[in-house]
Amino acid sequence: MLSRTAENLYWLARYVERAEYLARTIDATLRVTALPAAYIGKTNEWDSALLTAGVAASFYQQYQEANEHNVVEYLSFSPNNPSSIRNCIEAARLNSRSVRTALTSEMWDTINSAWIELQEVWSKGTSTREELAKFLRFVQETSLRFDGSAYRTMLRNDAYWFSRMGVHLERADNTARILDVKYHVLLPEEEHVGGPLDFYQWTSILRSVSALTAYHWVYRETLKPWLIADLLILNDTLPRSLASCYGNLVRNLDQIGVAYGRQGPAQRHARGIRNRLEHSNMNDIFQHGVHEFIQEFIADNSRLGEIITKQYLI
Amino acid sequence: MAVAFDEMNIPGGDLRPAYQELARWLKETPPEALEYRRQEAELLFRRIGITFAVYGDAESTERLIPFDVIPRIMSGKEWALLEKGLKQRVRALNMFLRDIYHGRDILRAGIVPDDLIFQNPVFRPEMNGQQVPHDVYVHIAGIDIVRVDAEDFIVLEDNARTPSGVSYMLENREIMMRLFPDLFARHRVAPVERYPDELLAALRSVAPQGASGEPTVALLTPGVYNSAYYEHSFLADKLGIELVEGRDLIIKNNEVFMRTTEGLKRVDVIYRRVDDDFIDPLTFRPDSVLGVPGLMSAYAAGNITLANAVGTGIADDKAIYSYMPDIVKFYLGEEPILKNVPTWRCREPKDLAYVLDNLGELVVKEVHGSGGYGMLIGPAATKATIEAFREKLKREPEGFIAQPTLALSTCPTCTASGLAPRHVDLRPFVLTGSKTTTIVPGGLTRVALKEGSLVVNSSQGGGTKDTWILDE
Repeated sequence: MLSRTAENLYWLARYVERAEYLARTIDATLRVTALPAAYIGKTNEWDSALLTAGVAASFYQQYQEANEHNVVEYLSFSPNNPSSIRNCIEAARLNSRSVRTALTSEMWDTINSAWIELQEVWSKGTSTREELAKFLRFVQETSLRFDGSAYRTMLRNDAYWFSRMGVHLERADNTARILDVKYHVLLPEEEHVGGPLDFYQWTSILRSVSALTAYHWVYRETLKPWLIADLLILNDTLPRSLASCYGNLVRNLDQIGVAYGRQGPAQRHARGIRNRLEHSNMNDIFQHGVHEFIQEFIADNSRLGEIITKQYLI
Repeated sequence: MAVAFDEMNIPGGDLRPAYQELARWLKETPPEALEYRRQEAELLFRRIGITFAVYGDAESTERLIPFDVIPRIMSGKEWALLEKGLKQRVRALNMFLRDIYHGRDILRAGIVPDDLIFQNPVFRPEMNGQQVPHDVYVHIAGIDIVRVDAEDFIVLEDNARTPSGVSYMLENREIMMRLFPDLFARHRVAPVERYPDELLAALRSVAPQGASGEPTVALLTPGVYNSAYYEHSFLADKLGIELVEGRDLIIKNNEVFMRTTEGLKRVDVIYRRVDDDFIDPLTFRPDSVLGVPGLMSAYAAGNITLANAVGTGIADDKAIYSYMPDIVKFYLGEEPILKNVPTWRCREPKDLAYVLDNLGELVVKEVHGSGGYGMLIGPAATKATIEAFREKLKREPEGFIAQPTLALSTCPTCTASGLAPRHVDLRPFVLTGSKTTTIVPGGLTRVALKEGSLVVNSSQGGGTKDTWILDE
């Protein structure tokens, strides 16, 4: 297939995944900030929403204060934020148009109808919490529909695998970022553990990766920070965990390698990351520093993106 | 202006035979049902994303072409005549191009003046003496046809460069079949759906000699911002070929390759929807980012077929148009089956004087214009517009031709106040391969939606209709 087609499919999937993640982040932040101040402490949750989205620096070039209004505006609707939900949807539509021949009609229809529907939201914005909630739900549903259409209608060939790689690489990046911003609330420091303050922070983390219910099923325990970290990093049964994303990335890259009859640096690099995740346990990670571990992972993950681009997409 | 020929109604109250069943059906169908279907059709078009861009219109970059649900119907007999005429015309176009870029018999015979060729910006000296496979230059032609009475089809314009609109022909039919299954059951409508297959066969048949048994065909598009992008992606999809942009192609040792995830892959035939001017920055416009540097040298080396060939503009140029009847006679020794609109060539002083005296009644077109831009429709223009145009014409008479205002035929069309006659034209698509010339029965009917308007171009408020050829 054309390199440009593969590139478009890969980025299309990334944009849709990113839009969903942003919607979840805003949703989770809205919930936490709706609590009485005594429950959430002095941290600025909107500030950490910006950090998890990786756009804090550009935000402060345009705004003074990270409050609900400004952050929701910037993350959702701002045309000036290259990673806003709006720009993700616009870029996804543009990418879809460029590779229409490689998309199934169901996938195209999902993106195109969402894009048509959202034009009104872009021009009017959302004036109430209810409208905002509806919008965030719509974005998440669009991503689910897109994912479902891809899963149910695409041929299992390189087009599908490139698209899946986009999903998993983006997802791994998102999960790692939220861990990176919140790692301090997950550190097992005595004075904090079990306090109401952290409880809501933890809930919020789990919610932004849709893992709140999953946690209880997996651990049958009250919320414990090291278990949350374990779930999001090492538990490969959770679709948004780093381990699961890398299991999938390695599989997709292998499928491409088999189809093309050769492997390359992308396959080797992905396997390296997966092996490290497989052979780690939370004790070691905490001992060596969660922060360092995550930072390293984010760098490795984005290096994989570069290697894939070089090997296949240009 | 004479009363226009109506495709459905005969003056006096009778119906033309092809429309009888439709008329019966319309009588049985309540207007709300039609309106409901019209809305449904619009929704479908938008969801499928069948849009086009209007240049110079920053407001809405993607627009729908309005679709009228009343089909335009022709009898099999009418079509047979038209088909014969179209094949004749396209044969002549191809022979003319072969001649212009080789022996130039027609110039020596004094049929077409030299300067009209050599001083014409769409003449490509790069093509002099260049062999093209099977001598086919125009693989895909879109010939714009109008009717003015029951007997005659008149060619309004030949489109021999990168004619567009065929996706509408195909999608209009799909949508009509979805919305009006009962109406189809009551007619025997000749199918159009084999167009993509015929196009692919035609393109493969003209592959260069060095190509493999299964030549690789790709469609070259200027990209998503082009007004016909939807059509490009639609056709690539239907043909099962890669939709490439200039940056996807690379020339090595005078061969053309596309960049794929598995490395470079050779391309043998390019169905290009990029104009000559932009196709190779090394040969034509150096500022073009849409083309492929070196493509013309691969072309000269005979390693790639371009469809349509480079330099075909010289055959559909509006200045050449007026010579088409003579061109047909010269190469084929036959009388042209399709007529031409009488045309005054403003480059000739006698004609210019006549045109200047009668601007109010004439349609004046730029020789190199297209899409209905830069044209004067005398009877519909204000005094001031006419005077401004007069100055333009005096300054550069060779840039214009003039024609009488034709009473284009009308066809019943949905309007705000019910069904009403609106003017239509027809663009059938003629495919020429190494051995055969084929035309799927039908084409794109364009309709001027404004009452009395004669401009059917989508960029100027025109719509489209499904075109039915009845299989009798």
